[in-house]
Amino acid sequence: MKDLKEKLMEYEVVIGLEVHAELTTNSKIYCNCATRFGGEPNTRCCPVCTGMPGALPVLNKKVVEYAVKAGLATNCSITRYSRQDRKNYFYPDLPKAYQTSQQDRPLCTNGYLEIEVDGLLKKVGIHRIHIEEDAGKLIHNESGNNTLIDYNRCGVPLIEIVTRPELNSSAEVKVFIEKLKAILEYTEVSDCKMQEGSLRVDINLSVRPKGESTLGNRTEIKNLNSISAIVRAIEYEAKRQIDEVKKGRKIIQETRRWDDEKGVSFPMREKNETVDYRFFPEPDLCPIIIDEAWLNEIKSSVPELPDERKNRIIAEYKLPEYDANFITGSKTLADYFEKAACKSKNPKAISNWLMGDLSKKLKENNVEITNIPVTPENLAKLVEFIDSGVISGKIAKQVFEIMWVTSGDPAEIIENKGLRVINDADEIRKVVIKVFEENPKAIEDIRKGKEKSIGFLIGQVMRKTNGKAAPDIANQLIRKELDRYFDS
Amino acid sequence: MDLTRLTISEALEKIKNKEISIIELVRSYLKQIENLNKTIGAYITVCREDCERMGPILQEKLDCGENIPLAGIPMALSDNIITRGVLTTCASKMLHNFIPQYDSTVNEKLRHSGAILLGKLNMDEFSIGSSNENSYFGPVKNPWDPERVPGGSCGGAAAAVAANMACFALGSDACGSVRQPSSFCGVVGLKPTYGLISRYGLIAFASSLEQIGPITRTVEDCAIVLNAIAGYDPKDSTSANIKHPDYTAFLKDNIKGLKIGLPKEYIEKGLQKEIKQKLCEALTVFESMGAVVEEISIPMTKYAIPAYYIIASAEASSNLARYDGIRYGYRAEDCESLEELYKKTRSEGFGFEVKRTIMLGAYFISRNCYDSYYKKALKVRRLISEDFKKAFNDIDVIITPTVPKTAFKTGRKDDPIQMCMSNIYTVSANLAGLCAISIPHGTDCNGLPVGLQLIGKPFDEGTLIRAAYAFEKNT
Ligand SMILES: [Zn+2]
Repeated sequence: MKDLKEKLMEYEVVIGLEVHAELTTNSKIYCNCATRFGGEPNTRCCPVCTGMPGALPVLNKKVVEYAVKAGLATNCSITRYSRQDRKNYFYPDLPKAYQTSQQDRPLCTNGYLEIEVDGLLKKVGIHRIHIEEDAGKLIHNESGNNTLIDYNRCGVPLIEIVTRPELNSSAEVKVFIEKLKAILEYTEVSDCKMQEGSLRVDINLSVRPKGESTLGNRTEIKNLNSISAIVRAIEYEAKRQIDEVKKGRKIIQETRRWDDEKGVSFPMREKNETVDYRFFPEPDLCPIIIDEAWLNEIKSSVPELPDERKNRIIAEYKLPEYDANFITGSKTLADYFEKAACKSKNPKAISNWLMGDLSKKLKENNVEITNIPVTPENLAKLVEFIDSGVISGKIAKQVFEIMWVTSGDPAEIIENKGLRVINDADEIRKVVIKVFEENPKAIEDIRKGKEKSIGFLIGQVMRKTNGKAAPDIANQLIRKELDRYFDS
Repeated sequence: MDLTRLTISEALEKIKNKEISIIELVRSYLKQIENLNKTIGAYITVCREDCERMGPILQEKLDCGENIPLAGIPMALSDNIITRGVLTTCASKMLHNFIPQYDSTVNEKLRHSGAILLGKLNMDEFSIGSSNENSYFGPVKNPWDPERVPGGSCGGAAAAVAANMACFALGSDACGSVRQPSSFCGVVGLKPTYGLISRYGLIAFASSLEQIGPITRTVEDCAIVLNAIAGYDPKDSTSANIKHPDYTAFLKDNIKGLKIGLPKEYIEKGLQKEIKQKLCEALTVFESMGAVVEEISIPMTKYAIPAYYIIASAEASSNLARYDGIRYGYRAEDCESLEELYKKTRSEGFGFEVKRTIMLGAYFISRNCYDSYYKKALKVRRLISEDFKKAFNDIDVIITPTVPKTAFKTGRKDDPIQMCMSNIYTVSANLAGLCAISIPHGTDCNGLPVGLQLIGKPFDEGTLIRAAYAFEKNT
C-alpha cells in the first residue's frame, strides 16, 4: 500500500466508467416477455426477442421513461428527438447479430454527480445515458463439450451510463458507484443487484504523469460485478500500468478480464482499431420524440433523491451528517429508518441500531432489510423501552436477538422472559446482602483500598439478577452496604 | 368453365350463388398448378392438404351464413412472407428447412378473411434480384414466353397470377419488386404507401423501403385485397395508425378533372420505343376521360437508383446477419470453431447475389464510408421526397411507364446494373414513401405485356385505384 501511494504521487490515474443497469420494467424492451431474473432456460422469449425472421420490435415506453428518470436524477439534458441504432456484430448470444442501442442521439447527455471523498466535494461528469437491449447467456456444458444458449435475458432493457474520464482513484469510483446505485434504487429504475448482474461496471483506466494533460493509452476491464472487485481491479491495474510506464514500456490498448479469486487481470482480446460495429439508424423503429407533456410527466415521477433525503433527515430527525449519509446510502435502509424514527422520540438511537447491530445481522445473514423479522415499529418500541428504563441496553441486545428469530413484539418478549429492570430497592438489597456474604475477600480488599473490587461486586449483583438490576440502584446500595460494613 | 380464369369478385359471386363450391374452385387451381408449375416454377411449396381441409370448412361456415369477405378465394404468398406451420424459405438454401411457429400479420388477416393459401411462391433469394433467376429453387419463367424472365424479386407471384395459378398473390416491393414483375407478366401490382400494411412477418430485406403489396388480375381485385390486408398493426412500429377507407368505393369510372403529372425526366433516353408510344396512347385515353395532363419535373431522379442501392444493401447486410446456423435454417457441417461455423454456413447458405449485396452493404455503413455513402444516400432520399412533395402540390397522380423495356431474355442476371435499370421508374416511390400501381396496357411487337405506372400521394391509394379502374374500363 505504501508502495502504491508513492507511485500515485508521481502518476495520476484516470478512470472512466461504463455502467450497465438492467431496468426493473415488467416486460422486455421490444416485446411482452417477462424480465424477471432466472426461470427455466428459453421460457421467457418469443419470436421478437429471439430475432426470428420477420419479427419486428416495438419499443416499451416504460424503458424510455425509466431512462429519462435516471437522466433527470443525474442532472442530464434530455434529448427531445432521440433515435435508436443498430450495433452490428456476430455472437451466438445476440440472435439478430445486432444489438439495438443508441449511438448518435442518446436519450440523456451531459449530466453529473457530486461525490464527497475525504471531505472534498467533486463533480464527476456523465457523458451520456442510452437505452439498449441485453443479450442472452451462453452456458458452457463441460461434460458434453458443447455450449448451450439461454435467451431469457435477451431483450431485457438496459441503460448504459457513460462517465467522463474524471475519476482518479478507487476510492472515488467506490463512492461514485455507491451514489449512482442509490440514485437508481431511489428512482426505482434498477434494483442494482450486482450479484445477479443487474448492475455491471466496465472500467476504462489509464495513467499519466501528474500535470500531463493528454490521456495515456487505456485498458478496459469488463463486467465487474461487485464493488470490492472494482476497487481491487482498479488498484491492480493502476499499479500494473505505472510499473509498465516506469519500465519505459508502452501501455497496450486492450480489454482485460479481472479474475477476482486470483486478484489479477489478464488481456482478453485485443481491441485493435479495426473493430467496426457499423452503427446505423434502426429502420424498424421510429424516432423517440419526448414532448413537453411527457417530459413533465416523467419529471413529476422522480422521487426525493439521496442528497435531498439526507438533508431532510438531518433537519427532521436531528441526525449527525455521518449517520444520515449512512442511512440514505440505500433507499430501503432509509425507508426503514423513517418508518421507525417517526414512531420514536429518539431517532439517533434508531440510527445507532441500524448502523450497528442491525447492519451486522443483515451482513451475517445476507438478507435485504425489506425482508427481516424485526419490523421498524418493533425496533422503535425496543428503543423506547431502553429510554424509559424498562430494560437496560445490555438486555435490549438479548431482546433484539429474540426479535430477530421470532419476529416478536419486544413488550411481550420482555414480559414473557421476565427481562424488565428491577427498580425495587428492597429486592436488590437482598441480592446485595447475599453477594456480601458470599464474597468476604472482595470486601476485605476494598477495605484495604482496592476500589476496583466494587466493580466486581456490582458484576456479581447483575449476574444474580440476570442483568436486570437497575445499575444505579445496585451501585448505590452496594456503597451504602459497604459504609455500614466498615462502620461496624 | 375454367374456374381459374375468374377474378376475385366473379368467384365470390359464383360461390355466393352456389354456382360453384369452394372446393371446386380450389381444386381447379391445384390442378392448374400441377399442370404448369414444372415449366413456370412459380411455386416453392404447394399446400395441397391444407387446401383440401380448409375448402369444406369454409364452405360450411359460408353456408351457415357467416360473413367471410374472401371466403374460399385461393391465393398464394411470396416465400418471404412468414406462414405459420408452412415452409418459408425466402428462396434461399439458408432457410430451406424453416417452418415458422408464428404468423405474419397479412397471413393472419387473409386467413380471417377466408382466403385459402395455395402455397408459397418463388422469388429472388431474400428479395435480391430483378429477374427471379436468383432462387435456390430454380428460376421462374415468364408465362407469356418461357425464354423470358418474369421480373423480380416477386417473379413467382406475378407469374402465378398471370398463369391463373393463383387468384391473387402478395409480394413485397422495395424498389419495384411487385410492380416490375406485374408489368412483365401483364397483371396489376400495387406498392402501397409505406406504413399502410404491416410488415410483421415479412422477412426483412430493406426495412425502410419495402411494403407488402397485392398482385391481381384486375384493379377491382386489387381494391378487394387491399381492403383485407391494410391497416394499423401494433406489432409493427412503422405501421401508420390511421383509418383507411373502403378501397372498393373508388371503383368508379369517372376521373373528370383528375390532374396527372408526367415527369419529363422519365421519358428521356433508354425508353423502349413502343413503351413510349403506349405511354402517349395512355395519356390520350386519360385526356379523353376528362383528365388534365401536365409536365412536371423530378430533378433528383437520376440519383434514385444509386441511393436506393446504398440504403437497401446497407439494411440488408444487417437484416441478413442473423442467418448464422446457430438457431435455425442451414448449418454447415464439421466446423471446428464458432468462426468457422459462421463462415461456412454463410458461404454455403447464401447465393452469390446475396453475398455481393451483404458485402457492399457492410461497406457502405463501415466507419470510413458511412458519411460519404450511407449518409449521402439518405440525403438524396430526402431530396427526392421533397421533389415529389412539390410536384404533388399541383397534381393528383403521376404517370410513368412501369419499366423502360418489356420482359428480357433469361441469362442476363450477371449484369447488376442492367437489373437495376429495370427499376428506374419504380424505385422513387419506395424512396419517397409514396403509393404506386402498375397496370397492364397491351403488348409490344413481341406480344409481351406493357405496364403503365401511376404514382400517388402517401395514403392516397384510393385515387390510384380510381384512375387505374377508369383506365382499365376504357382500354
Ligand atoms: Zn420476447
